[in-house]
Amino acid sequence: MGKKLKVAWVTFACCEDSSILFVELLNDHFFEWNEKIEFRVCRMLKKAALFEDIDVAFIEGAIALKEDEEKLRHLREVSKKVVAVGSCACTGMPSAQRNYFDEKTKGEIEMVINRFGHMEKVVPLKSLVKVDYEVPGCPMDEKVFLEVLQKCFSEFGV
Amino acid sequence: MHDVPDIDININNLSKIEGHANLEVNVRRGKVDAVKLKISEAKRFFTQSVRGKPALSVPQLVSRICGTCSIAHLTCCIEAVEDAMGIKPSEQTVELRHLTMDALMIRDHAMHLYIFCLPDIFGVDSVLELAKKERGLLEDALLVKKAGNELGKLVAGRSVHAPFPAVGGFTKVPSNEGAKELLHELEHAREHAIGFVDLFHDNMQEFERETHFIALKNEKYDFLGGEICSSEGYCITRGNFRNHLTSVVMPYSQSTGFEFAGKEYMVGALARMNLNKEALHPNTKRDCAGCIGLFPSHNVMMNNLAQAIEIVHCMDRAMDRLEGAEFKPEKYTVPPVKAGKGIGVIEAPRGTLYYDLETDEKGLIKYINLVIPTAQNHVNIERDIAVLVERELEQMDKDEISMEIEKLIRAYDPCMSCATHFLKVKWKGEAPARPSRKRKR
Repeated sequence: MGKKLKVAWVTFACCEDSSILFVELLNDHFFEWNEKIEFRVCRMLKKAALFEDIDVAFIEGAIALKEDEEKLRHLREVSKKVVAVGSCACTGMPSAQRNYFDEKTKGEIEMVINRFGHMEKVVPLKSLVKVDYEVPGCPMDEKVFLEVLQKCFSEFGV
Repeated sequence: MHDVPDIDININNLSKIEGHANLEVNVRRGKVDAVKLKISEAKRFFTQSVRGKPALSVPQLVSRICGTCSIAHLTCCIEAVEDAMGIKPSEQTVELRHLTMDALMIRDHAMHLYIFCLPDIFGVDSVLELAKKERGLLEDALLVKKAGNELGKLVAGRSVHAPFPAVGGFTKVPSNEGAKELLHELEHAREHAIGFVDLFHDNMQEFERETHFIALKNEKYDFLGGEICSSEGYCITRGNFRNHLTSVVMPYSQSTGFEFAGKEYMVGALARMNLNKEALHPNTKRDCAGCIGLFPSHNVMMNNLAQAIEIVHCMDRAMDRLEGAEFKPEKYTVPPVKAGKGIGVIEAPRGTLYYDLETDEKGLIKYINLVIPTAQNHVNIERDIAVLVERELEQMDKDEISMEIEKLIRAYDPCMSCATHFLKVKWKGEAPARPSRKRKR
């Protein structure tokens, strides 16, 4: 069996549209990717999760919760490359729309913000950790994703 | 019951569902003391952010509430805006919306059944483990899922955050050639979809508890239109839904629950089959007769079978709609806006979805209120878990019970991204120890 790319697919604050597109890409790529990718973490596909020795972490979603910031930093530490997938991960929006609320609306949501450990502002991945590649789009641009994945295969000799 | 130790079950990051959730169950002296399904999705506050935005553009924004059922949010919001502004869509637009919903159901149910649930049938953790052993079966599964995805692309431009559906019509109409090609693809995929009905039937688990079911009921088992009906035999009109739904505060979750006329209930494919199976497509009835005969049922695991049957039904309806279809180009014109109140009620893949909104004279949104299927199932899921745990406490160990709980939750096909969206909840001071009830809005 040839070398496999050790991948984590993780989501934070988002609608998981890019995860869904990824699952739709499996319609054509399932058997090929199953030979080439070892999913260490992918909650949509499996329960078992191994947060260590990851080649590429594909991360969808913005960071909105304090505990998610910790998870992101840890993920960055154990991953050789980090790819921000989709608009929320790349730009924060639309998950970051509460950053722009007026004072009255902010007051309205304050209870939830305090109670569930939300951060003061919702931020894209790159404002907290180094991001190696971005796949923009809402949902992610399929073509760009396939190019980035291909690049990762070559970089890691898969 | 004695000699049963006190146990606490904590499942972090429930897997093979849409979104993030944790579960906590506490057993004391052989009785379930508490079940807390904690939806841990970070709330993204769409209901607040849409205020003051142009109603004509808001359907595309609320589509971003959920990736997998984005078409449901888009379609339901369009319906509510049209209701508020008195806009009547053309016949062709209505047909295209039905086709869009058919596409959504095929793709979304296929993902749930073939990617999330199939591993449970074969006793493995992941569909990836089936690649060698069950290659043929997986090829069939992906083919069915792809047919749904391609139908969505043809009619709505994309199966996630579809660009063509809009208030007043479609910005682009599918080509008749494309429709013909897709007809063949659906015909081919249909025989495999029937195979999966049998597979889910032959591997069905059982978990029964008496509960109530709510779904939209109409003549063709469509997902748009009709009255809101309950398994107790009464129906209410769409405009009247606020008087029947009560929100239930879940202080430990970033979501809210609901009761219908003061009782917990279930929405989704099982509810639709229980209430409306007579209206299924005649060809679906012919080819899935044995399985359809098992409904109505209180076995929540049959939600999977109900979804498998709905895939066949949606293919049959879609083929009818595409057969000999002659879609005419209709120039999209931006409709004139006005002030009003509107309601949208549709059947999303996971159950009845409600949009309730108001626009001002400039066509800006004053408020939007959503009632999400997973939120409606929340109380029912927790009560099911309590019964499951008490039933199995003496036969199974903690890990086995956890596994069974996950399968049960998965059967509901919950969507956590959606579930965090509701208008607002006021907690006074400290959270109540138990869920408290209050009238919605």
